[in-house]
Amino acid sequence: MGNFLPAAPAEREAQYAALGLSGPADLYRDVPEAVRLDGPLDLPAPKSELEVRRSMEALAGQNVRFSTILRGAGAYDHYIPAAVSRIAAKEEFVTAYTPYQAEISQGVLQSIFEFQTMICELTGLDAANASVYDGASAAAEAVAMCRDRKRTKAVVSGAAHPDVIATIQTYCFGSGMEVVLAPAREGRTDLTGLLDDGVACVYVQQPNFYGLLEDGAALADQAHAAGAKLIAGVNPATLGVLEAPGAWGADIAVGEGQPLGLPLSWGGPYLGFMAASQPLMRKLPGRIVGQTADAQGRRAFVLTMQAREQHIRREKASSNVCSNEALCALTASVYLSLMGPAGLMQVGEQCYAKAHYLADELCKLQGVKLRYPGPFFHEFVTDLPDPTDVLAGLEAKGILGGFPLKGGLLWCVTEKQTREELDRTVAIVKEVLGIWN
Amino acid sequence: MELIFERSRPGRGSQILPPPDVPAAPIPAEHARKRAPRLPEIGESDLSRHYQALARRAFGVCDGFYPLGSCTMKYNPKLGEEMAALPGFTGIHPLQPAHTVKGCQLAMAQTEYALSRITGMDRFTLQPAAGAHGEFTGLLLIKAWHRSRGDEGRTVILVPDSAHGTNPASAAMAGFTVKNIPSTAEGLVDLEALRAACGPDTAGLMLTNPNTVGLFERDILEITKIVHDAGGLVYYDGANLNAIMGVARPGDMGFDVCHLNLHKTFATPHGGGGPGSGPVGCKEFLAPFLPGSALGGNGGEQSIGQVRAFHANFLVVVRALAYLMTLGNSGPAEAARGAVLNANYLKKKLEEAGYRSAFPGLCMHEFVLTLEGLKKEAGVSALDVAKAMLDAGIHPPTMYFPLIVHEALMFEPTETEAPETLDRAAEVLSEILRRAHEDPESLHAAPVSTVIGRPDETAAARHPVVRYVFPEG
Ligand SMILES: Cc1ncc(COP(=O)(O)O)c(C=O)c1O
Repeated sequence: MGNFLPAAPAEREAQYAALGLSGPADLYRDVPEAVRLDGPLDLPAPKSELEVRRSMEALAGQNVRFSTILRGAGAYDHYIPAAVSRIAAKEEFVTAYTPYQAEISQGVLQSIFEFQTMICELTGLDAANASVYDGASAAAEAVAMCRDRKRTKAVVSGAAHPDVIATIQTYCFGSGMEVVLAPAREGRTDLTGLLDDGVACVYVQQPNFYGLLEDGAALADQAHAAGAKLIAGVNPATLGVLEAPGAWGADIAVGEGQPLGLPLSWGGPYLGFMAASQPLMRKLPGRIVGQTADAQGRRAFVLTMQAREQHIRREKASSNVCSNEALCALTASVYLSLMGPAGLMQVGEQCYAKAHYLADELCKLQGVKLRYPGPFFHEFVTDLPDPTDVLAGLEAKGILGGFPLKGGLLWCVTEKQTREELDRTVAIVKEVLGIWN
Repeated sequence: MELIFERSRPGRGSQILPPPDVPAAPIPAEHARKRAPRLPEIGESDLSRHYQALARRAFGVCDGFYPLGSCTMKYNPKLGEEMAALPGFTGIHPLQPAHTVKGCQLAMAQTEYALSRITGMDRFTLQPAAGAHGEFTGLLLIKAWHRSRGDEGRTVILVPDSAHGTNPASAAMAGFTVKNIPSTAEGLVDLEALRAACGPDTAGLMLTNPNTVGLFERDILEITKIVHDAGGLVYYDGANLNAIMGVARPGDMGFDVCHLNLHKTFATPHGGGGPGSGPVGCKEFLAPFLPGSALGGNGGEQSIGQVRAFHANFLVVVRALAYLMTLGNSGPAEAARGAVLNANYLKKKLEEAGYRSAFPGLCMHEFVLTLEGLKKEAGVSALDVAKAMLDAGIHPPTMYFPLIVHEALMFEPTETEAPETLDRAAEVLSEILRRAHEDPESLHAAPVSTVIGRPDETAAARHPVVRYVFPEG
């Protein structure tokens, strides 16, 4: 019990005998006595499957599941169609590894090629990789792609997700690139006076952390005028209806793929996607699948442009990425295929309409108002007198309210919430704030 | 087979969402998309068959023997999948208030505790999403520690020439210069070369133990002492922990910081390339530098920051915790012994069949063959042998790694294979060796039973086609 060894003890004895060994101790002759453990670990005894199940279910039972989630801030509660998780759970996909052996891995390779194509279509850019760890590390990797000998500064929008900003800063602590934070003015990125010929790239998020739509084209123009690249951090669930970053001037688009069929899962595993324009293609980190043919001319897919990668280039590689988030990428591909262009458009339209409905209804309440002017997508910040009480009141009714920001809440609505849930939310906020009719 | 885009027909699709129940609100024209993304338009039935066809063209641990060295392709218990699908885990938002996520926090704490016991480290962060991500994180801890002491001149990370490519790549990303340490003829770290390389610029050494040729560095205490005496720290690449878990602990060998690969040692599935999880453990003195999260809870004042959003690849952690609970206090050593036993058993069989090990004698959980001789004698390469294995339904071993062995094939059978599976693999390889001498051409032509033959990789890299090109361009 407790080890998943298929062989019976007697069979293992036979294996030892075949090796001329008397037992396990003989296997570890090279391990110095001084570091060999002489007894079991300081851990509980092994458990049977049923006991483990009970323990794990008890853990899951200690979490509170909200029936309505009006919080986003980097993780989004979208509807996940049944086919998505079923298809992604196929054992052949789950238990394979990186498709090093193309001849028996065409299925995984083709799924990645299809994923890359969908990411190119969504972003309006020329080439995408097979995925990196998450949206934040994708942003940090994109910044590293832009560095050159003369340009070692990254200007990062202060209206981007705080975790993304911090991740870029950490990666730059490693690489020695300088990070300059562009202030958010009225909730939107202001690049005034920050761009010079030392700037390698500008990172902006669309929609930004506060849910606001930035003037992407103007920001891209400013970056390009200074000779810098524009990196767009985008939410893929918006790209059925919002202009593709490639179309408004982004050189690289990255983002968190979680909204595409991945459950919230307390933050992971998620999916970092990256796409770039043709000239930057060979700077992309990580695995990239390409199309080729075998000797008989049959279409074939392979891991390609490996001269960028760590196993070939070692310390000169474009990145250290080895394992990625392939199964999450496959999940996203299934989601996008099932939704299709029409479905993704519906998701975008409904997120937008429902968020605006909630914002309108909340702002009808005395003392509640939108913090920032101008267009937003499916997240928005309301100032309100008592965020803590509001959240507690909502929580008591199974509703996870907006993410608390100083003196306000950052709300999020997706296609999943019904008008009835939104009305109930408004009624509770009204009650907590003690507003009479 | 067709690409999903080639199966697409205009107007097809599924009705997933109800019509909107709030007033329509138009997207502002200046932000609205002008041309819809060309996503597939396909019914659910055809979609289902498409992915079933792809699954048939994939090869997982569920399909057969997968002795891919350095990757620990052990069986992934199904319980882990069910536990990771519990709605009490999947339905939790990463920014829920602390009192509503006690179960997640406990799962993290229990995993950290178990990993600390197994490695002899004091503290863990579960933030890194893979082994390489862990390396990067661990190296930043080393960098931050030297800086905190005003020791800015320590800019060099020592890496054995047998190391995995991610080691030097991570060191470079962390801003270090890489200095290679040669291996001895026995495949171990050359102590004299290590001593000579150590100096006031040494930030640390990265080491896998057992190393990438499958040997335990028996001078490990001397190695870590040399680096410590020079003022450096020692990093443990835990990719090979499966050989020694429960038997010996990196924390007792003098390592200061380590990463583990939950997707190797702790039986979480590899997902066709990921997601994985690369927890980083460290000794107490490095704990102040551990990562935090801007929104999900900050690290300490001296924290290196964060390497991804939120907390962890949490569902991977959940699977690993289920495995750790199953193993308990005695299972880790039993698993490790099983892995080492199976590796030695297969190694001996292959040597008896006429293959040459790069390093003789007992190995740990994996071993490396060198086919240099075969290449010279018969013109048959490691690649040819690997491709011939495909026709026998066995996933080939890792090829051409580590770089210090010519024509390398690295086998890691893992503990979850029964002896007859190893016997059969040995027979298959024995037969391939016979063919290498009698009919080498047949090996150059392999594989012949797969859906494609060897693809033209050169053409793929020279003229990259990395996305489907629609007929209309
Ligand atoms: C020895 C060694 N170190 C590090 C890694 C990197 O781990 P990951 O792929 O999880 O990033 C690997 C992966 O194969 C490895 O074998």
